[in-house]
Amino acid sequence: MSKTYPKGSFVEIQSEILPPGKRANHLPEDTKATPLTMKVKGFLQKPSKEGETIKVKTVIGRIHQGVLVNPNPKHTHDFGDIIEELFDAQKSFKKFLKEGGDSNG
Amino acid sequence: MDNSYNAVMSRRNQIMKQAIGLDYSQFSLSDLAFDYEKMMNHGEYSIDRIVEIQKNQGVGNTPLYELKNFTEIARKLAPAGKGARIFVKDEAANPSGSFKDRRAAVSVYNAKKNGYKGVIAATSGNYGAAVASQAAMQMLDCIIIQEAFDSKGIYQPEIMEKGRACETYGAEVIQLSVGPELFYVFLKTLEETGYFNASLYSPFGIAGIETLGLEIAEQCKEIAGRKPSKVIVTHAGGGNLTGTARGLQKAGCSDTEVIGASIDLTGLHMASDNDFNKKSFTTGHTGFSVPFTTWPDRADVPKNAARPLRYLDRFVTVSQGEAFYVTEMLAKLEGMERGPAGNTSLAAAIKIAQEMEQDEVLVVQETEYTGAGKHINAQLSFAKENGIEIQHGDPAENVPGENIIFPKDPSLINVKEHSIDKLRNTYLKNIKKNFDINDLRDVDWKFLEQELNCTKSHIKTLLGKES
Repeated sequence: MSKTYPKGSFVEIQSEILPPGKRANHLPEDTKATPLTMKVKGFLQKPSKEGETIKVKTVIGRIHQGVLVNPNPKHTHDFGDIIEELFDAQKSFKKFLKEGGDSNG
Repeated sequence: MDNSYNAVMSRRNQIMKQAIGLDYSQFSLSDLAFDYEKMMNHGEYSIDRIVEIQKNQGVGNTPLYELKNFTEIARKLAPAGKGARIFVKDEAANPSGSFKDRRAAVSVYNAKKNGYKGVIAATSGNYGAAVASQAAMQMLDCIIIQEAFDSKGIYQPEIMEKGRACETYGAEVIQLSVGPELFYVFLKTLEETGYFNASLYSPFGIAGIETLGLEIAEQCKEIAGRKPSKVIVTHAGGGNLTGTARGLQKAGCSDTEVIGASIDLTGLHMASDNDFNKKSFTTGHTGFSVPFTTWPDRADVPKNAARPLRYLDRFVTVSQGEAFYVTEMLAKLEGMERGPAGNTSLAAAIKIAQEMEQDEVLVVQETEYTGAGKHINAQLSFAKENGIEIQHGDPAENVPGENIIFPKDPSLINVKEHSIDKLRNTYLKNIKKNFDINDLRDVDWKFLEQELNCTKSHIKTLLGKES
């Protein structure tokens, strides 16, 4: 059985704000075909499992309801991969500064 | 209460009035015209007072650095004797890492003074962190609403970082999938909470940027012994350009040319779920600058205080590849790790400096902090994951959403010029859609002359072309 997270755990929930048919009129077709979805983080109000519809209290004390989608909403963004093309870019402007280019005026 | 999309949108005016605490009807001159200067000078917010508020809240007084290696590169490319000195205003030195602290400082101060318990801003950009940071300082609650991920749940990494920063400063962060109905969630949240709308486009917010123009004028005089000949502003919603230009004018720099620079994202639809994660710049691009320049009142306040056509002397675009390339140059040649979004005007500076005399001063008006997600490697990795090709060559050949082209060498850094008259034309087209222009009174003509920064006869010529 899936794990139960205790009351007070800081989690992320997701809810559907507008289903595809209820969205604004002037949208591109690709966007219109999707729901407007919201995610927000807060503290569990009672012990809950992933996938359950639950309530959380945010850091400023507001209550939101949604499906528990992420029991550990850590920040996962990073500095990316090594971009080899940037080494060539670096070489090009350093060389230009030292030697000047063809279009040196 | 009916919280359906249409019901909330129909309550828009009353929600806004409560949330901004400013009755805009007092500035109205006719259906079309309003007294812009009266709106900007409303209340206590003189530029001296704003300097004081910002000083109290740790904002402003950022350094102005000379970029000597950038200048040298521009001079190598320029005709003999040409190549202005390039300076950059290091706005990353503000508390939350961007010039947006200037707007947030005044907005949050205003909210606190008027007894609001909290502030709300709808923004995926640096402004969220700025409002959250200022709210933290003033002990107000803060909610930031972001357009953050596509329908597959994939986040733009830069927006992820901004969300993290907002949380760090103690804000509740509401993240949404792609779509303009963010505005609906924004209105609903304002109504539920009774918090202040820390709009990017209030007179408080825009007046907050005037100190940036003022500082540039003062620092140029002190460091270079002269006024800046040209100031390049990364141009998105228009506030940065409007506020900076007003500040320059107040500091006696009416002759300084104010240039707006945006990333050209032509071809990518800003409300498209598919296109959302194909762009590597989340702001400072034509998806904001063109619509906001040509119709400022699309904003989240009744009358937008950011009105760029009043101040825009010249408008240029650069490509994503050029902005990334100069971001790398700034780190490797000047020892400053910043941006990338703030470096849009820096890319334009390399080219524009070449037109200018060597003793002239060209100011790039902002930097922004960088970090995970915002970092050049993070954005380029994300671009590759989304099928965007990274190439070396001539950036003029780039296709937004398909490739990013680094200039083969600095000689290929260029700007694309955009006609101000074309922007004026689109503005007038929008006026025609919303007002009866066959019945314009003197007050309307005067307003349009100020709005478009040109004469009535020129406007008539433009209208002639249009009809």
